Amino acid sequence: MASIAAFGAYLPARVVSNTELSAQLDCTPEWIFEVSGIEERRYAAPEEDVAAMGAAAAKDCLERARCPAADVRLLIVSSASSAQRFPGPASAIAAQLGLGETPAMDMPVASAGSLFGLALASQLAPSAGTVLVIAAEKMSSAIVMQPEQRATSMLFGDGAGACLVREGQGLLKILDRELGSDGAFAADLRLPLAGPVEMNGRSVIMQASRKIPRAILTVLERAGVAPADVHTFLMHQANQNLMDRVAKAVGAPAERFYSNIRRYGNTSSASMLIAAAEWSSTANLPPGAPVCFAAFGAGFHWGAVLARME
Amino acid sequence: MNNQDKIREILKAVSQNPDVPADGDSLFDSGYLDSFALPDMVAALETEFGIKIPDSDLNPRKFESIDKIGQYIEAHR
Repeated sequence: MASIAAFGAYLPARVVSNTELSAQLDCTPEWIFEVSGIEERRYAAPEEDVAAMGAAAAKDCLERARCPAADVRLLIVSSASSAQRFPGPASAIAAQLGLGETPAMDMPVASAGSLFGLALASQLAPSAGTVLVIAAEKMSSAIVMQPEQRATSMLFGDGAGACLVREGQGLLKILDRELGSDGAFAADLRLPLAGPVEMNGRSVIMQASRKIPRAILTVLERAGVAPADVHTFLMHQANQNLMDRVAKAVGAPAERFYSNIRRYGNTSSASMLIAAAEWSSTANLPPGAPVCFAAFGAGFHWGAVLARME
Repeated sequence: MNNQDKIREILKAVSQNPDVPADGDSLFDSGYLDSFALPDMVAALETEFGIKIPDSDLNPRKFESIDKIGQYIEAHR
């Protein structure tokens, strides 16, 4: 079985508060916090693109893993907010990391992208070797600051996360995965080529409230792990109210769901790995403790990955 | 208590608001239900009416008003 050797993250410097947004979106800062749990988010600088943020998160991850870039055998990049149709940012990130002709593939899966990337990497690492998974998003380029778009535009922030997956001992041993997709709801959350993000929030919440707990409980049941025994849930940081709802549905204390959405907002596919990077650098990590990843997003794509601390 | 009455009682419990909109009015546009109340409402409907609402039916438009909820319940009991 493959292990996660380390996580990494990058957040742009510019902090955008609810107060700054509320003036443009004709709402109050308190309303934004009440419906999302978000107080501020980061926006990338105009010249800062998805590839630059992804490369920065990757360097942080490789440094934490004490792994030279030359050891990476496969690069998987999740991004749904890249500036062009093709090529995706994977090849540019590979070039910035000095990966030479290492294969680099794009995965435009949006919010569940890092979870899908992690699951795929855990399958490929035994044969391909060390896999670097990156999720990078510039969601500030995918929203418009108009009052009628406030429910969507106030959510998003920019950033990037990364994790290194390889065989052998690491930080977390990957045990199991449960992924799902349902294109019947593809129109309910999407980013058209001309933008901005279009979201049927009611549909997203209804589906996510069922599908995330179901995926989590599936991997836990297969492993014989009770929800209350999971040390930490590392979930896509979509909305604090959704995370609280998922915690209640699976029967785990809400405080076991690591949350940084208050400071970074929803960074789409990057959010789960950014959360994991923060968590892993501050948490007390008892060997053997279960950790559960989960995400849901456009597509709809969703799933959970179960791991155990080594 | 008929189905519409039961639906109204569920809505009052979920929204914690006794002023239920008229049967044909949108529960969403009126601000009566927010996005996060919807899953609770669906779960309560399943329990009250002994039905299983599949994921494929979790379309907010099907639960837009008391009338529409009533029609769904009638069709799936």
